[in-house]
Amino acid sequence: MAPPDMPAEFAVRDCALIALSTGRRAYGLRELREQLQEVEVNSIYHHFWGGLIQARFEEREFNNDFAAWVRHTLHDAPLAERLAVLDPTDFPDLEELRMELLDLMDQRLDESEALHWMRADRPFEFIRSQIVTFDTRHRITSPQALAVLMPHLSTGSIFYHFIDARRRAPGQVDDFRAWLEPFGEEAAGMRQALAEVEPYFASLGEIRQRLAEAARQALGGTAA
Amino acid sequence: MSELLTAYARVAGEDVIDHLVQLAAHYRDLKVVHVNSTRVGGGVAEILNKLVPLSRELGLDVDWLVIQGDPAFYQCTKGIHNALQGNAVNLTPRQVEAFEETAARNAESLRPQLEAADLVFIHDPQPAALLAQCPGRRGRWVWRCHVDASRPYRPVWRFLRRYVAGYDASVFSLAAFAQALPHPEYLIPPSIDPLSDKNVDLETDEIAAVHRQFDLDPERPLVTQVSRFDRFKDPVGVIQAYRLAKGFVPGLQLVLAGGSAEDDPEGEVILAETRTAAGEDPDVHILALPPDAHRTINALQRASDLVMQKSLREGFGLTVTEALWKGRPVIGGDTGGIRLQVVDHHTGFLVSTPEGAALRMRYLLNNPPLRAAMGEKGRSFVRDNFLLTRQLREYLTLGLGLLRGQGDRIDLEG
Repeated sequence: MAPPDMPAEFAVRDCALIALSTGRRAYGLRELREQLQEVEVNSIYHHFWGGLIQARFEEREFNNDFAAWVRHTLHDAPLAERLAVLDPTDFPDLEELRMELLDLMDQRLDESEALHWMRADRPFEFIRSQIVTFDTRHRITSPQALAVLMPHLSTGSIFYHFIDARRRAPGQVDDFRAWLEPFGEEAAGMRQALAEVEPYFASLGEIRQRLAEAARQALGGTAA
Repeated sequence: MSELLTAYARVAGEDVIDHLVQLAAHYRDLKVVHVNSTRVGGGVAEILNKLVPLSRELGLDVDWLVIQGDPAFYQCTKGIHNALQGNAVNLTPRQVEAFEETAARNAESLRPQLEAADLVFIHDPQPAALLAQCPGRRGRWVWRCHVDASRPYRPVWRFLRRYVAGYDASVFSLAAFAQALPHPEYLIPPSIDPLSDKNVDLETDEIAAVHRQFDLDPERPLVTQVSRFDRFKDPVGVIQAYRLAKGFVPGLQLVLAGGSAEDDPEGEVILAETRTAAGEDPDVHILALPPDAHRTINALQRASDLVMQKSLREGFGLTVTEALWKGRPVIGGDTGGIRLQVVDHHTGFLVSTPEGAALRMRYLLNNPPLRAAMGEKGRSFVRDNFLLTRQLREYLTLGLGLLRGQGDRIDLEG
């Protein structure tokens, strides 16, 4: 066990995500809203974050599946844009995020009569996911070691510690920054650099590359 | 790391293999069995031929069992297959009897292995009735549906549902294919094996040999569709599209290459219809290839400027994945799993009619740099999402999910 004044070791975990059908689908905005109100909260998580680790074309135009479906299938640009700017980490939990999504849909239904009856040619399929996490047995004891290991982490580890952590950890901070906190000034630069890495739009491989580069730069480009 | 795992790591990435090794470690002392109806021909057999050895290489104890049936059984299962894809096919009492009899007969020899297994994957409808024949089963059973069952012919789906409802879980390739069942329904797209004869890189002289073998002119544009001769693959529609495009691209050549799988009695009929539609056109090459002509198919796809998969219904469309892996843009029917792979203007084009297909053929054949850019994107998309390693990872994850609990989050230690 680490002495009380020393930060604990960082235990690197990995994960695999698997998608499940919820059996819910929607062909129009009103139906989407109704299903969203009822669907298990895990499905909302999947539609915001699951795209990073599931088969999806790499150029993510929108950061969540609701916005993409509204834009490409329902062809309603105003609502798609409003949904696309939602940052799930701005909300204390996924239920609050659900309320915001419902509000935005209600607002748009008030604005456009056509959206009450417009029917999409392809339904929105509500999917949920199951996540299996496991210990890689890699342990990190210093910010320098983290910078060295970062480019070699699996995309599953990146998802678990950088994306999924925001749902688990208080303050919705990723695991890397949370672990670096007790290092104080020594790791302040790295914390700041990691905070600036955008979790949306890029693939996990690209996120890993950016995290590795941010960590390396924060240490003065010395991590090999 | 073994030679096989090193070879996969070279194509898919070392972290992907590390990931599999870590997941596989949790399968120590567990027995996994896959069951389907043929060892040769069709996408399922192709995947199992590679998935099983790769699983074993990772240390898993895996068996692959194949059920045997008579012609009446295969007529029945072909009917079920077509009905799941939406055709109004009614099963005769004799066919229903053959379906149940075949399960009972096969269970006589397979029962000890099936009942002792920890995890059993039953692929497609053919062996689905085995579950009821194994009352002493101790493991979890998963029904893996490879078919586009998004709009099944309901009387036949109700018949099949009686057999699959009792499984512990099912797997569909896409959310749109999932039907209401009283157990968890996982979504796992299938995959291709980058090291198989059908997908491995080829030397240029092997591609040139295929030009000579089938009398294809390497100087003129070539469009190919590789598919079983099946109505849902719309080979006649492809010929119509070719004719429309040829008015603008006079040198155009078309290859329709396929074979009949062992369990596909309709293949010969559709092949004859396709030959009639082609008439005497010397630039239309209809090739009925043996089921093991994997390198020939590989070379034909690589010899092509673009690949068609103008299906009217499609489960996933592994021929699309294969073509994208070879850096060829794909013109695909706007249906099923093709939608997951063909992204308009990025990896190819989705079409709904022969006219639409002809238009996209002309567009792509007249723009070689665009074809090259799309081909590069397609290959990278497949590497990230549709290789065998990804599918195995999801099967391993699913298995752990079923064996360790049903929560949203399963944390494994050790």
